Amino acid sequence: MKKANESRPKLAVWKFASCDGCQLSILDLEDELLALASEIEIAYFLEATQTASDGPYDLSLVEGSITTAQDLERIKTVRRQSKALVTIGACATSGGIQALRNFRDVNDFLAVVYADPGYIDTLATSTPIADHVAVDFELRGCPVNKYQLLEVVTAFVFGRKPMIAAHSVCMECKMRGNVCVTVAQGIPCLGPVTQAGCGAICPAYDRGCYGCYGPQDTPAMSAMTDVLDAHGMSRRDIQRILSTFNANATPFLEESQRHGTADD
Amino acid sequence: MKTDAIAQIGESGVLARSDFAKLLSTLQDEGYAVVGPTIRGGAVVYAEIDDESELPIGWTDEQEAGTYRLKRSGVALFGYVAGAQSWKPNLFQPQRTLWTARGNADGFVIEAVAEDMPRQAFLGVRACELKAISIQDHVLADPANPESDYVARRQESFIVAVNCAKAGATCFCVSMDAGPGVEAGYDLALTELIDDVRHDFLVEIGSPRGASIAARLPLTTASGGDIDAAEAVVSETAAGMGRTLNTVGLKSLLQDNPDHAQWDDVAARCLSCGNCTFACPTCFCHSTEDVTTIDGEVAERQQRWDSCFSLDFSYIRGGAVRPGVASRYRQWMTHKLANWFDQFGESGCVGCGRCITWCPSGIDITAEAAAIRDSLRED
Ligand code: SF4
Ligand code: SF4
Ligand code: SF4
Ligand code: SF4
Repeated sequence: MKKANESRPKLAVWKFASCDGCQLSILDLEDELLALASEIEIAYFLEATQTASDGPYDLSLVEGSITTAQDLERIKTVRRQSKALVTIGACATSGGIQALRNFRDVNDFLAVVYADPGYIDTLATSTPIADHVAVDFELRGCPVNKYQLLEVVTAFVFGRKPMIAAHSVCMECKMRGNVCVTVAQGIPCLGPVTQAGCGAICPAYDRGCYGCYGPQDTPAMSAMTDVLDAHGMSRRDIQRILSTFNANATPFLEESQRHGTADD
Repeated sequence: MKTDAIAQIGESGVLARSDFAKLLSTLQDEGYAVVGPTIRGGAVVYAEIDDESELPIGWTDEQEAGTYRLKRSGVALFGYVAGAQSWKPNLFQPQRTLWTARGNADGFVIEAVAEDMPRQAFLGVRACELKAISIQDHVLADPANPESDYVARRQESFIVAVNCAKAGATCFCVSMDAGPGVEAGYDLALTELIDDVRHDFLVEIGSPRGASIAARLPLTTASGGDIDAAEAVVSETAAGMGRTLNTVGLKSLLQDNPDHAQWDDVAARCLSCGNCTFACPTCFCHSTEDVTTIDGEVAERQQRWDSCFSLDFSYIRGGAVRPGVASRYRQWMTHKLANWFDQFGESGCVGCGRCITWCPSGIDITAEAAAIRDSLRED
C-alpha cells in the first residue's frame, strides 16, 4: 500500500462476535491517535464515530469471530472491499472464548440463557475469520497490545513487514527481568507455548501465563503439559487452562482434548 | 592492625563485616550505581541497591533442574549461589535502539541515540560470571566489530568479585575451568570469612581503580592465616560441585554425532521456550529490526536479544533452517560446548548451571552430554 501525499489511506474497523476490547485498544492509543488520524483516513469505525464513508478501504481491521450466518456473508463483503485485511484479537484469530460452544451442543446453551430461544439464530460454532476469507495478517492477544496494533497499521501503511515476534512469552519474560514463576515458585505457566506480545505481564505479577496470545509458532504442547502436570495441575485443570480465549486454536485444542473433554 | 598502605595491585587487606557498608558508600561517592544481589520474585536478582540492608543477608538458595527456592541460612551476605540472571542485561541490553533516521528536505539524516552511560559497580560477581564476561568481551568487544554500547558500559563498570563459599547443585564451573575462585578481571575480589569468632572479608586488589577504592576503606593487613582461610573457602567449594561435565573429547563427540537419537529424546522434553539462552551469561545472539513512525518521518533500527530456539531466528530465503526442536537444541548445545572453540578459541560454557535451573522442563546440559557419551561407550 502506497502512501500518497494527497490522499490518505482509508482504514475501516469491523466488529463481529467480540467484546469490543480490541477496538478499544485503538482508542486507547491516546498519544498516538492524533498522529494516526492525520496520516490515515478513519473511514469506518462505528465504535469511534457515526460518520462512515464507503469502501473500498486500504486496510480493514477485523475484530471478532464468525458465529452467525449473516456474519458469514458480511465478512465476505468486507473482504471484497478491502485491499488488506488484518484480524485483531483472540476472537478474530482463533474464535475466542465463545468457541467453547464448538465442543458442546449450542442449543443447550440457548435453552439455559434465553427465555425464548426461538428468537436466536446462531451457528453451532465460533470460528476465526481466516477460516472463511483470506487474511493478510493476524494480530494476536486478548485484547491486542495497542503498540503492536500501531506497529501493524504502520507496517501496512508503508507496505513493510510488521515487526511482531512469534516466539514464546518466556523470551519477553526474561528480557523484562522477571524471575520465572514456574522455577522459583512452582506456579504453572503457559508462557513456553504462548506467543509473545503482552510483555509477560502475568509473570511480572507472580501469576502464570493464561495463554491470551495463543500458541507460539512451534508450541511443544505435550512437553508443556508434562511440566504443568509436574507442578501439580490435574488433568482436568490442564484441559481447562487450554480451553480459554484460544480454546479453538489447533495446538491448544488438540492438547486440551488429550486431557479429556469439558464434560469430564 | 590498622594501616593505610593497602593500595597496591595484588595486595590484600581485611574488611570487617561492620565496615562493609563503607565499601558501598565509597563506590557511591565515586559516582557508581551499585548493582548487587537482592531478593525479588522469590530469587536473588542483581539490581541497583542503595543500602546494605537490601542485600540477601542470611539467605541461600537451593537449585536443581527446573527449580529454585530461597532458604534461610546463616549470616552471610553472599551465601547464595549464582543469581537468577547474570550481569549480562547490565552490559548487553535486552533491547535498545541502535540509531534513528529522520526525514529532511534532502532525504534523511542518521542520528545516534543519545543515552546516559551508566557507571555501574557490580557487587558480587562470581568466578563463572567473570569468565562469562570475558567470553562476551571476545564476541561483543572485538575491536574489528565492536558493539559500542557494550564496550562503553564495560569500560565504565567496576567489578567487585566474590569467591563462592558454596556451590549449587547445578554448578559445574570446575569442569569448565571457570571457578569457583576468581583469578583475573576484577577490580576488587572478596572472600567472606565466617567462623565462630569472626565475620570479615578478605579484599584483594586487582586493578588501579580497585586500589583507589581500597585506599579509602578501613582495611587491616591480611595475615597468612586470613589468606589460608580464603583459599580453604574456595577449595571446599570446588570439592562440592553439584554437577560435572566430562569435557574430554566433548567437541568431537558433539560435532560427530548430529544425528544421534538423544537429540530427538531431548526434543520431546524441550519447550523451545528460549529460557536457557536468555539465562545463559555467554549467549549473545540478537536480531535487528527496523520500525517507522506512522507519519513516515522517523525510522528506528532496534536490536533485541534473540535465540536459536526461536523459529524466525534461523529464517532465510525459503524458510527456517531449524524447523524442528531437535535441531534447535543441538544447535544450542553444540555451539556452547563445541563450535565455540572453532569460532572463538574457547568454550562457550562456564558451568554456571543457569540453563539447568531455569529450564522450566529441567533439561540438563551435563546429563544430555553424558547420555550421548554413554551411548557411544564401547563396553
Ligand atoms: S514465568 Fe512463565 S513466561 Fe516467564 S519464563 Fe517462566 S514459564 Fe516462561
Ligand atoms: S550453557 Fe548453561 S551452564 Fe553453561 S554458561 Fe550457559 S547457562 Fe551457564
Ligand atoms: S558455577 Fe562455580 S563460580 Fe559459578 S556460582 Fe557455581 S560455584 Fe560459583
Ligand atoms: S532446553 Fe529448557 S529452557 Fe532451553 S528451550 Fe528447551 S525447555 Fe526451554
